[in-house]
Amino acid sequence: MFLQGAQPMDAYGSLFSHGFGSWEGFAKTLGKATPLMLSGLAVTIGLRSGLFNIGVQGQLVSGALAAGWAGYAIQGLPIYIHLPIALLFGIFFGALVGWIAGALKAYRGIHEVITTIMINSIVLALVDYLAGHNFQEPGQTLARTSAVLPSATIPKIFGLPSGFFFAVLLAWAVWWVFQRTTSGFRLDTVGRNKNAAWYAGISVKRSVLIAMGVGGAIAGLGGAIETLGVIGRFEPTFNTGLGFDGITIALLGRANPLGVIPGAILIGGIRGASSSMQFDAGVAPEIVDLILALILFCVTAPFLSKWLRSTQVGAKVTSGWSN
Amino acid sequence: MSALLEIANVTKTFPGVVANENISITVAAGEIVALLGENGAGKSTLVKSVFGMVRPDSGEIRIKGEIITPGDTSGAIARGVGMVHQHFQLVPVMTVTENIILGSEPKRGIFINMKAARAEVLALSEKYGLEVDPDAFVEDLPVGTQQRIEILKALRKDVDLLILDEPTAVLTPQETDELLQVMRNLAASGVGVLFITHKLREVMAVADRVVVLRNGRVAGSTSPKETDEEGLAQLMVGRNVVLQVEKGDAKPAAATLVIRELHVNDDRKHLAVNGLNLEVRAGEIVGVAGVEGNGQRELVEAICGMRPRISGEILVAGEATPDMHPHKIHSMGVSHIPEDREKHGLVTTYSIEDNLVLNQFDRAPFAKGWIRNMAALEENATRLVKEFDIRTPSISTTAGALSGGNKQKVVVARELSQDTRVVVAAQPTRGVDVGSIEFIHNQLIAARDAGAAVLLVSAELDEILSLADRVAVMFGGKIVAILEAKEAERVLVGRLMAGLSA
Repeated sequence: MFLQGAQPMDAYGSLFSHGFGSWEGFAKTLGKATPLMLSGLAVTIGLRSGLFNIGVQGQLVSGALAAGWAGYAIQGLPIYIHLPIALLFGIFFGALVGWIAGALKAYRGIHEVITTIMINSIVLALVDYLAGHNFQEPGQTLARTSAVLPSATIPKIFGLPSGFFFAVLLAWAVWWVFQRTTSGFRLDTVGRNKNAAWYAGISVKRSVLIAMGVGGAIAGLGGAIETLGVIGRFEPTFNTGLGFDGITIALLGRANPLGVIPGAILIGGIRGASSSMQFDAGVAPEIVDLILALILFCVTAPFLSKWLRSTQVGAKVTSGWSN
Repeated sequence: MSALLEIANVTKTFPGVVANENISITVAAGEIVALLGENGAGKSTLVKSVFGMVRPDSGEIRIKGEIITPGDTSGAIARGVGMVHQHFQLVPVMTVTENIILGSEPKRGIFINMKAARAEVLALSEKYGLEVDPDAFVEDLPVGTQQRIEILKALRKDVDLLILDEPTAVLTPQETDELLQVMRNLAASGVGVLFITHKLREVMAVADRVVVLRNGRVAGSTSPKETDEEGLAQLMVGRNVVLQVEKGDAKPAAATLVIRELHVNDDRKHLAVNGLNLEVRAGEIVGVAGVEGNGQRELVEAICGMRPRISGEILVAGEATPDMHPHKIHSMGVSHIPEDREKHGLVTTYSIEDNLVLNQFDRAPFAKGWIRNMAALEENATRLVKEFDIRTPSISTTAGALSGGNKQKVVVARELSQDTRVVVAAQPTRGVDVGSIEFIHNQLIAARDAGAAVLLVSAELDEILSLADRVAVMFGGKIVAILEAKEAERVLVGRLMAGLSA
């Protein structure tokens, strides 16, 4: 930042006052953090099950569009029916997109990194097209859908977006599933040792389908909450990068579902304050990306080196039976 | 005779463990020295130091009087040290000739002179009496031959000192005998041989001197003339070990495991089990003896539902088991001690507690419906750690932190602690120290006496001969003979394993 000619302290001051200092700033941070937390959670479920789900972006955006469509196109329902339906649309389409990559992996053995990259490209292009054509707001030139009806808008609690609390609850639920349930143990075992999982009678195929499907569902829910609670309509440009920040957050949280909560708040705060940092201290948005990359690097480097060392020396460190 | 190799006061520590402490050993030209010790005694670390792969913390290693630079293999190679590693370092898709010349190929211009290379390999093979087909692809050859290639590769560089790291771990009794003869020939031609093993029989058969390592220290140095197998075993573990398994007579009842006309493919889609029939009765141990690669692995995996059958049926207590359904088969009372504990038997990053229920995690009392019962898990682990003498600081220690013998005890504890009708034990003591072997053998006998039908598959003929009540010899995917324990003589079984008639 200094090199760029901005005053770093001003920029940090701006970051904290806007991101965490005021109630509105805080609310904005939590609003930003919500889809990030869910996409981080989707990546985490993959990581724990031995999958690198980098298709979260596509899953999230399809959920966002599906929820946005349901939010304006289905009419005449009360909020307690309409809102859940719109959310379910998001969940379903997110899950579908994730499930396709899972099925390709389970039944055809194609690596999920390849399929999710491909599916990302397809889905993002398709969603752009739909938002600019079939589902475009009448009379609009921008690629965006009509505004979501009030009956499908997520209400705020004390000015804070309620989706946030739901996301925290979900992160805790995922943690609990991994910690305490047989389903979580199945996924975890597959993630750690596929051969041992097969030996133990756990279907690796089913686990891949579940992990990709559930991950996609959570990402789709993240997109739906963003559309219905924060933006108010589907507009492709508003969602860029959410899925990829999810990878950062999952790694920050060391693949622990609870770890995505602080990770998402931190990244959400920085992302939320990036425009005011630009305004107050003249920090270019690219610099914000740079800071995020540095955070990721610093956090994962010791983790990586430890892992490398443990795999190299681990075999030699084991000693005889007498101790 | 001047010393070819002198290891003087070598110490090497890894974080948390002393691998070698103040070790001094010499090897003279023409001498065969056996380095004997349990897993984790520090044998491999020591020879890696000699070869320059490991840098010792202190001490000196001299070859022909010259100190070698620690941590540099080229120095050792230049001074005539050859090493055959425990895990072969061959390229499977290349031919024998290509593998042997790899690294210093005879050249003509920028091309490899294959004619010269082939001639060189043939000459080498003749000189040392190690027969190989120079044009065969390595992946098509049996392990015994692959090892011969490894040895030729090492000998090609005018070797004065040959180091063999557990060379017999994968060999059949016949192949082992051949290798021992090769070692004698080499020694007679003046090569010094340092070989690592934990098999006492080989030491007695071939070594001039034996150095026994225990916990990273030299526990004793002796020669086969001065001691016997019991004495060596005692040095290895520091206490008396019962080498001969003590067991009562089997009281076999009805046939519990019945295999009829089983056909199974291996990974390369070749028929590995070819119309196999076998019955194991409750209360007996049937040992499957065979050269590795005669379908034993495929047989075990098919019984346990981990590998698809082509045809045939497998019955447990009269009930047909489903194909490719390890979970169902396990719940029918089939326990499985898998051949590769690190690959199949354990999740090394899981705690001992979780590993002890790895294939029962979703059953009562370890789960109530969808929710795991952590109290039952803890109770189970605490009890089994005590019962099966698993040496661990706590039940939440990860399995990967345990030694080989204790890892195997975790697997054995899990598989033998449940109600089991059939026990399929594949290489149950491979790479396990003598103390743990004794314990595991006793557990298998206890399972037999409790009424289980035990199918023991092992590459160690000694293990089969000492444990089995009946010996089934497997060759070419079939059971070629079934012998009562008392008629199963080493030589006879060896002949049958090689596909010869009795």
